[in-house]
Amino acid sequence: MTMVFYLAGGVAILSTALMITRLHAVHALLYLIVSLLAVSVVFYTLGAPFIAALEVVIYAGAIMVLFVFVVMLLNLGEEAARAERALLKPSMWTGPLILAAILMAEFVYLLAASSGGGSGGAMIVPRAVGASLFGPYLIGVELASMLLLGGLVGAYHLGWRPPSSREVR
Amino acid sequence: MELVPMRDGFILAAALFALGLIGVLVRRNVIFILMSIEVMLNAAGLAFVVAGARWGQPDGQVVFLFILSMAAAEVSVGLALVLELHRQYKSLDTDAISRMKG
Repeated sequence: MTMVFYLAGGVAILSTALMITRLHAVHALLYLIVSLLAVSVVFYTLGAPFIAALEVVIYAGAIMVLFVFVVMLLNLGEEAARAERALLKPSMWTGPLILAAILMAEFVYLLAASSGGGSGGAMIVPRAVGASLFGPYLIGVELASMLLLGGLVGAYHLGWRPPSSREVR
Repeated sequence: MELVPMRDGFILAAALFALGLIGVLVRRNVIFILMSIEVMLNAAGLAFVVAGARWGQPDGQVVFLFILSMAAAEVSVGLALVLELHRQYKSLDTDAISRMKG
């Protein structure tokens, strides 16, 4: 289990370092997704399977989809198709693919090794997290919901344009 | 199955946070800055989960959930600002908005 932790941590650091040195945002996004998946494996080895699942679903899923959406939206144009073909050269996605393959190997190893028993003795089950979340931390949940509502309203307001200026662009 | 030492978990969190900070300081592209902020928030959450795992309490994971929702709200507003910036300045360079009126 500790070996899996160190390997996943190394993958996370390596992919993050590669992320901040890429020139193209799309390549950086690939490495960032690999980094988040590696941190998810780290969470699993730390005995937090619920957080590991949320990391994949929300961080690597929802938030990264937003990033990809915006990056692709800003790339619109007549040369976008050519640029996209140049962006997806095999030399660009082999790096993330190798790092993700390491994580996949770890995942398979963990599935084979745990055999339903979980990760060691220090696993904090989702039931405990939920009981704590809706027990002593209930006011925090309410505040988080208000924050999300504020984010929703703010994003909608920033993205809204009056109908008259919509044809200008 | 021995446990991961807390020190190494914190070292990993600190390394990821430092990489995110370097990204924020070095890059001039707004998208990269937002991605680096995501890395930093993720590292902070990792530190909380490491500490929670050390004492066997779920509180660290609860705080990670709060960080997660905060990151989601921050990213939605930040990306809306990026779109607005691109619409007004036709650029994603932060130096393009160094001169603001008002």
